[in-house]
Amino acid sequence: MAKQEEYVLRTVEERGIRFIRLWFTDVLGFLKSFAITPAELETAFEEGMDFDGSAIEGFSRVQESDMLARPDPTTFQILPWKGSESVARMFCNIVMPDGEPFEGDPRSVLQRNLQRAAGLGFTFYVGPEVEYFYFADTGEEPRVLDRGGYFDLTPLDVAQQYRRDTITALEKMGIPVESAHHEVSPSQHELDLRYSDALSMADNLMTTRLAVKEIALEHGIYATFMPKPIEGVDGNGLHLHLSLFEGDRNAFYDPASQHGLSRVARGFIAGLLHHAAPITAVTNQWVNSYKRLVGGFDAPVYVAWARNNQSALVRVPSAKPGKPASTRVEYRAPDPACNPYLAFSVILAAGLDGIESGAELPPEATGNLFDLTDEERAADHVGRLPGTLAEALDAMEASELMAATLGEHLFEWFLRNKRREWDRYQRHVSRFELREYLPIL
Amino acid sequence: MLAAVHPEQPSPGLVEALLAAGYRPVPVADAAAVTDQEPETGWAALVVELGDDPTAALALARRVRREGSAPVLVVANRARAAALPPDAGDDFLLSPIDPAELALRLLRLRALASGEPADATLRFKDLELNPATYQARLAGTPLDLTYMEYELLRFFAGHPTRVWSREQLLSRVWGYDYFGGARTVDVHVRRLRAKLGETRASWITTVRSVGYRFG
Repeated sequence: MAKQEEYVLRTVEERGIRFIRLWFTDVLGFLKSFAITPAELETAFEEGMDFDGSAIEGFSRVQESDMLARPDPTTFQILPWKGSESVARMFCNIVMPDGEPFEGDPRSVLQRNLQRAAGLGFTFYVGPEVEYFYFADTGEEPRVLDRGGYFDLTPLDVAQQYRRDTITALEKMGIPVESAHHEVSPSQHELDLRYSDALSMADNLMTTRLAVKEIALEHGIYATFMPKPIEGVDGNGLHLHLSLFEGDRNAFYDPASQHGLSRVARGFIAGLLHHAAPITAVTNQWVNSYKRLVGGFDAPVYVAWARNNQSALVRVPSAKPGKPASTRVEYRAPDPACNPYLAFSVILAAGLDGIESGAELPPEATGNLFDLTDEERAADHVGRLPGTLAEALDAMEASELMAATLGEHLFEWFLRNKRREWDRYQRHVSRFELREYLPIL
Repeated sequence: MLAAVHPEQPSPGLVEALLAAGYRPVPVADAAAVTDQEPETGWAALVVELGDDPTAALALARRVRREGSAPVLVVANRARAAALPPDAGDDFLLSPIDPAELALRLLRLRALASGEPADATLRFKDLELNPATYQARLAGTPLDLTYMEYELLRFFAGHPTRVWSREQLLSRVWGYDYFGGARTVDVHVRRLRAKLGETRASWITTVRSVGYRFG
C-alpha cells in the first residue's frame, strides 16, 4: 500500500474517525457524497467503492450504471464544522468497472486537460475571487442582512462574524484565504483564495462553497452563489487569476516584451478572447448567469483585454514591482455557480489553443468599453459575450474545441440538459411581463 | 543514485560492484568534499575502503557518521577487519567484495536511513510529530494535515534553521516521481502556514529568491 494511503488509514485510526465521506461532483457542479466506515477504507483504496451512477445528473445511461468511486488519498481532510466531529472527506475520481476514467466525471476531465498542459511543459495555476450573498432565509424573495457596501466596516457589516468563522474553517482545511471583505452590494461578500494548482483549486472551490453554506446554516442564515439574486445591484462573480508556470518560472512573464507579457501570455489571452463565446456556456451555465453579464454592474459584456480597465473581459493586473512571479491574467466572466472543474478545463483549453495556434493578440482596449458606440466597437473588433444561455449554447455547439476539451459524452449531455433549461425558461411568463404588459395590453 | 567513495582511487572491484548495483561512485577526498559535492537528493551512502591510509579513512567514516550526512559502509579485508572499531561505520563488508552482498547491504542501509526509529517523536517548540502514527500536535491539540503537508512539516522540523531551495524540497519531500512544478512547494507552504495559525505561521520564513527556512 502506498504511503499516502497508509497515512490516511493511520490517521483514521488515531483520530477515531467514524465516517469517511467520499466526495465527487456532477456535471452541473453539485457536490455529491456518500459515507463509508473505516472498515471499508482499504477496499475503497484498492478497488474503489461501487455505486449506481444512473441516479446522478449527467452520469450514465441506465445500461452502464455501475461505477466506482476511487478516493484520492491526497485530499483526505477532517471536516472542521460543527456536527462533523470525527468525519473526514476525500475527493474521488469516478471510474468504470474496467478501471477506465468515466468520461462524465468533471474531475477526470480537468485532470486530462491538465495532463495535456503538462505535456507542453506547463502547470496551470488559479486564484479565484469568490462572491456570494447572505440572506436571512431561503424564501422566494431575497432578504438582505445589511445595507453595507464595498469595504464597509461595522456596524453595517453584521456578517463579519460569519465571514470570520468561514475563513477559520477554510484555513483549518488548508485553504488559505488572502483577504475577505464586504462587497459592493448589500449583504454581499467576497473571499479571495490564495492561488493554487488548478486541480487543488477546483477541489478547494467545491469545499469553499460547502463551507460558506454550512457556516451560514450554523448561524441560522442562508448563503447563495446565485449569479444575480437581486435586480439592480451587482451580481456574484468568480474572477479568476490565471497563470502558467514552466517549472519554477512564470511563463507569462518576459521582461523584454511589452508590458512584461511573454509570447505565451499573449497567446493565452488571444485564445481566451477567440473562444470567449463558447466557453461562456460553461463558465456561466445558468439562465440567471446572463442577468449578471449586463452593463453597469462591474460585469464584463464585451470581449476585449486591457491592463487597468474593469470593463474588459480579460484584465492584466499590474505585477508587483520585482515580483515577476505575480504576472497573471484575470478572467472576469465566470460566476461562482459554475462547475469549477469544467470551467478551468475550457479556460485552459482556450488559452492553450491561443498559444499553440500562435494567435495574434488584438490591441488593448483603452477607454471604457461601455462608453463606445456599437460602430466604434465594431471598428475595434470588440465582440460581445453571449447575451443569453441560448446564445452561449449555440456558440458551444459550434465549437470543436469545446467538444474535444469536455469529451463527446459530457459535451452532448451538457447541451441537452441546458437546452431543456432554456426551453423551460422560455415558457415562463415573468413578473416583468405581467407588470409591463398586463395594465396596457 | 550517487554513492560517495573514499579513497579517491577505489579498487576496481568496488567500482564494478557499485555500478552493477545501480550506484554511480563519486570519489571524495575528505569530509569537506562529502558536504560540497552532496547531490540535491542526498548521498545513497558513503563507502569507505580501508586501503593504504586506514587512519584517515576511518576518521572520515566516523565524522560523516557523526554528522549523519550519509549512511557509512566500511569495506575492509580480513586482516584489517579484525582490528576495526565497531563505531567506525553503520555496516561493514569484507573484501574481496561480493557484488550481491554489497547491493544488499546498501539497500538495507538506505532503508534504515530513510525510515524512522520507532517512537522518535520530533519536537519543535510546542509542535510534536510522531512518525509512527503520522500525527502532528500543536500545544497538545491534533493538527489535521494531509499527507504531503505532514511530510513537508516533518522535513522542516527535522532540519531546522537550514535554508532549502524549492527544488531541494521537491526532491527530498516529494521525491523523483513528482511532476507538478516547484510552485507546488509554495502552495503547500501556504497551506501549512494556514494550518499552523497566525502566531506560528512565521516558523516557516520565505528567504527571497532562495527558498524556505524553518525555525
